[in-house]
Amino acid sequence: MTVPAPQPQTMAERILSVRGGKPVYAGDLAVVEVDQVMVVDSIAQSFIERMQRDLDALPKYPERVSIVIDHVAPASTVSVAQAQKEAREYAAATGVRLFDVGRGICHQVLMEEGLARPGWIVLGSDSHSTTYGAVAAFGTGMGATDIALAAASGKTWLRVPESVKVTFTGELKPGVSAKDAALEMIRVLGADGATYQSVEMHAGDRFSRGERMTLANLCVEAGAKAGLVVPGGEILTDYGYDIPEWVYPQPGANYVREVVLHLDALRPRMSAPNEVDNVHDVAALSAELRGMHVDQVFIGTCTNGRIEDLREAAAVLKGRKVAPGTRLLIIPASSQVMEQAMEDGTLLTLQRAGAALGTPGCGPCMGRHQGVLAPGEVCVSTSNRNFIGRMGDKDARVYLASPAVAAATAVMGRIALPEDVVAVVGA
Amino acid sequence: MPRIWKFGDSVNTDDILPGKFAPFMAGEDVFQTFAFHYIRPEFAAEVQPGDLLIGGKNWGLGSSREYAPAALKKLQVGGIIAPSFARIHYRNLLNLGIPAFEADLTGSLNDGDEVTLDMATGRLTRGADVFQLPPAPEFLREALAEGSILAFFKKHGRFPGEQSPGEQAERDHPVN
Repeated sequence: MTVPAPQPQTMAERILSVRGGKPVYAGDLAVVEVDQVMVVDSIAQSFIERMQRDLDALPKYPERVSIVIDHVAPASTVSVAQAQKEAREYAAATGVRLFDVGRGICHQVLMEEGLARPGWIVLGSDSHSTTYGAVAAFGTGMGATDIALAAASGKTWLRVPESVKVTFTGELKPGVSAKDAALEMIRVLGADGATYQSVEMHAGDRFSRGERMTLANLCVEAGAKAGLVVPGGEILTDYGYDIPEWVYPQPGANYVREVVLHLDALRPRMSAPNEVDNVHDVAALSAELRGMHVDQVFIGTCTNGRIEDLREAAAVLKGRKVAPGTRLLIIPASSQVMEQAMEDGTLLTLQRAGAALGTPGCGPCMGRHQGVLAPGEVCVSTSNRNFIGRMGDKDARVYLASPAVAAATAVMGRIALPEDVVAVVGA
Repeated sequence: MPRIWKFGDSVNTDDILPGKFAPFMAGEDVFQTFAFHYIRPEFAAEVQPGDLLIGGKNWGLGSSREYAPAALKKLQVGGIIAPSFARIHYRNLLNLGIPAFEADLTGSLNDGDEVTLDMATGRLTRGADVFQLPPAPEFLREALAEGSILAFFKKHGRFPGEQSPGEQAERDHPVN
């Protein structure tokens, strides 16, 4: 599958050219085959209504459609239970895949199941579908109507995005993680810095698949249509992926902006309310913020609920206790992550430290269940959004950080760095 | 006469409709009553059909939730005018047939201004002042000629702007 292109192309241009069957460049309209359409429980009823009432259509390729029950799982109310019941019935009747309560968060599950692969087009009814770019799949989020059209037709239309090239140099220092790099990237780009664009990340062999997922996941917080990481490191060796040559960018491709992020100099980052790009150096936060009581710490989500994230938290929490007056919620991103964390003892470490463990899924991220916040409460979370009212009451505040900073915060009961815990508690 | 509801920069989808009030949680019949629940609590009760929303840059950032614009559709909002839109939300607006105009009128119009909008010409009038809004994209005009993109697809079996149905050969698929 090659489409000779007259000019060098970005990853996004190459993938959309090959999958659309003709050379396209930024600004062109491409109609492309869709390899996987992902529907989450939140919009399952809308999706079914569009398919049945508006389009009078069945999924063209049932094997290319997955429904994941993760956003409110297990169901919290009768109306949610009813919506999920209808989703199960629809899956049984049409033959589409269904991942039920407890299997995990949509993006993590699709990645584990091999339903997002290099060069694929993956559409999800969730904005963080940029996550699939971790394996050089063109992943993007869409609403219920677009998702239904893709399921019915097997295709979608896209305006080919311009690309921002982000190059990572150096190596992360201990205690600094991919989440910090991702938050730094959003700080530099800004919340609308990549609107309609693709963020193309050049990281060499750095970062595991999970870390690449964290980076690609956050790209939507800069408004990006896709967040594509050039394959390297364990992506080439560990998962058995067939990586087509045409997912790599070509030298001389056209970028609207080029950014270099130096990992050596990076310190832990924190995004303060109420915008994701309101990013600060944790060490440089005001004394008032560093001294503020933290009511809840949440470690989980499609951004940071993977095994490496739980291990990062466990390394800080091992042999320690969550501070009195602070609650620590930990929700693994999937059942597979949960099993890994059981087998290697990570869950026991977290449990002994006083964490409250939850069913794999989205948890309280969007303020629906499993740990919403009361007026005035403060939460340090490894999730991806800190908007007004996002995790509960409009007067609650959410600070976004890495699993290590979240874990240190849980121990100290106030915003803390991992070394603060070692210095004070472990002395 | 329709009025202007003016908002600032970066109105996100949680502002437009908080996640906990999604139709499958709050109920299909009432979810729209929670539009702008936190940032403009009086909005849903007071908005009148045809009223226009003016926003600043990056309107609609955040979630892919189509029920955020669906709430505005149910409240019969006449259109949204902002200098820039977040992309998933913009597609959702197009797909639901809510007019969205890329124009910066934040310095020209005030909250509560009474206006008229001529959809055919894109002329927005406030008293003696006339503002010309940019035309809808070709893609949208083609879709709206059939009523909506869903109706267009149902009738033509293709997307607006796509050359012809069945033009692309079916390929062997790695999932199969």
